[in-house]
Amino acid sequence: MDAPADAVPAPAAPPRALMAPATVLERCATGIEGLDNILGGGIPRGNMVLVAGSVGTGKTTLCLEFLVRGAERGERSLFLSVTEASAKLIQNLSTFEFFRVSLVSDGSLVFVDLPALYDKLGLEHEELTADEIDILIRTIRELVETLGVKRLVLDSLTSVCYRIRRDEAIRDFMLRLGQSLSEVGCTSLLVSEIGPTAGRYSLHGVEEAIVDGVVLLWNTRRQGDILRVLQIVKMRGTAHSRAQYVIELTPIGLLMAPHLKGGQPEGS
Amino acid sequence: MPPADIGERLRALPGGSAVALKLDPREYADHYFAVLNATLRDVGSETDAHTIYITVTNPASFVWGLAQALDVPADRISFVDVISHIMMNYANPLPNATYIETPRALEEIMLRVDYLLRKFPHPRSIVVVDSVNALAIHNPRELLSEFFHIFLTNLKSRNVLALVLETSDEESGGLEQMLNLLVDETIDVGRGR
Repeated sequence: MDAPADAVPAPAAPPRALMAPATVLERCATGIEGLDNILGGGIPRGNMVLVAGSVGTGKTTLCLEFLVRGAERGERSLFLSVTEASAKLIQNLSTFEFFRVSLVSDGSLVFVDLPALYDKLGLEHEELTADEIDILIRTIRELVETLGVKRLVLDSLTSVCYRIRRDEAIRDFMLRLGQSLSEVGCTSLLVSEIGPTAGRYSLHGVEEAIVDGVVLLWNTRRQGDILRVLQIVKMRGTAHSRAQYVIELTPIGLLMAPHLKGGQPEGS
Repeated sequence: MPPADIGERLRALPGGSAVALKLDPREYADHYFAVLNATLRDVGSETDAHTIYITVTNPASFVWGLAQALDVPADRISFVDVISHIMMNYANPLPNATYIETPRALEEIMLRVDYLLRKFPHPRSIVVVDSVNALAIHNPRELLSEFFHIFLTNLKSRNVLALVLETSDEESGGLEQMLNLLVDETIDVGRGR
């Protein structure tokens, strides 16, 4: 039947952005504006991302901001620290203008020292056994489920891997951890410490194959001056930028600017 | 344009404009002060704007001294000082200045301006680059072109008025061409007087 002449036409569907993906994944906005811009709104919810870089490139600071921004939005956030004591990390957080101590005191932002957890769980072998790895994964999963954690940072994965050692055990640990966190919708950042000229993104080289994303941070030189640079190497389910960005860690958070090349070829 | 008319011309510009202010090197001292008067007082103070002044030619302390003579309040101007560090002359930092180690750190200039724009959000913000010639001493031309292209476009998208000081001489032909492509308007300071 034809529509009457005076019928109001049905509203047109909103236009889709050019090259928009067929399925839009739910995003966990990092809260770092520049990073969210180049990630198309954030990290796909429940994904596990490696934050790789050498010393002094801003890995821990980026991860802390991810957690604080999440806690501010009502997403409970958990920092599993292997290398630095929680008290010191919280002290460092006070340099952020947007950080409030109440986020820690009201339990929105939780810090757990992993060495203390090892002791509590009786994980005493220098190289963790299969049973001990199993206990560790179950404990992390229980922590996340019990507290309702939506964002998790492990700083650092490298330190944990020092106690797992074998490639196949690391692969298994990461697969199971990633699956556990993903099932409960927890988005995680795992810090990977690499040398300044590592040529890979992790200690063993297997970690980057398992994770859903890799954020690479490094220092580069221009005429002797050091610049901190960030690049998204991999992010599953995301049409992300592949460009390099110079970053600055400021009291209002991490800021990003395009890395200028000035017509110079790579490496010159 | 006679120096006395610059302020009025700049006040009439909409936010997001990018303007090159071309100074004659033979009358640099007079025109420099006239330009500061126009940018910091006529445009800055009188329109209640917040000015971010990027100092490459002179240290922030020098420009701040002139700004004080023009009664510019400290809370209406912030400096991004790109030259004091390299001169080893930052023992007494200004409270309203942030210091960058070298004029080669062009990305750092963008980041500090971004920081200040976020830190002091204001309905009318002005960014002054003083000057393109001083930046050109330390940076290759292609890098500088890339910097200005990204920087000025970013400021335009944020509705920030950008003023770039330039000293015109026979050696700066390439710089002039580059700026002409990127700015909305070039004002020859002193010409037509």
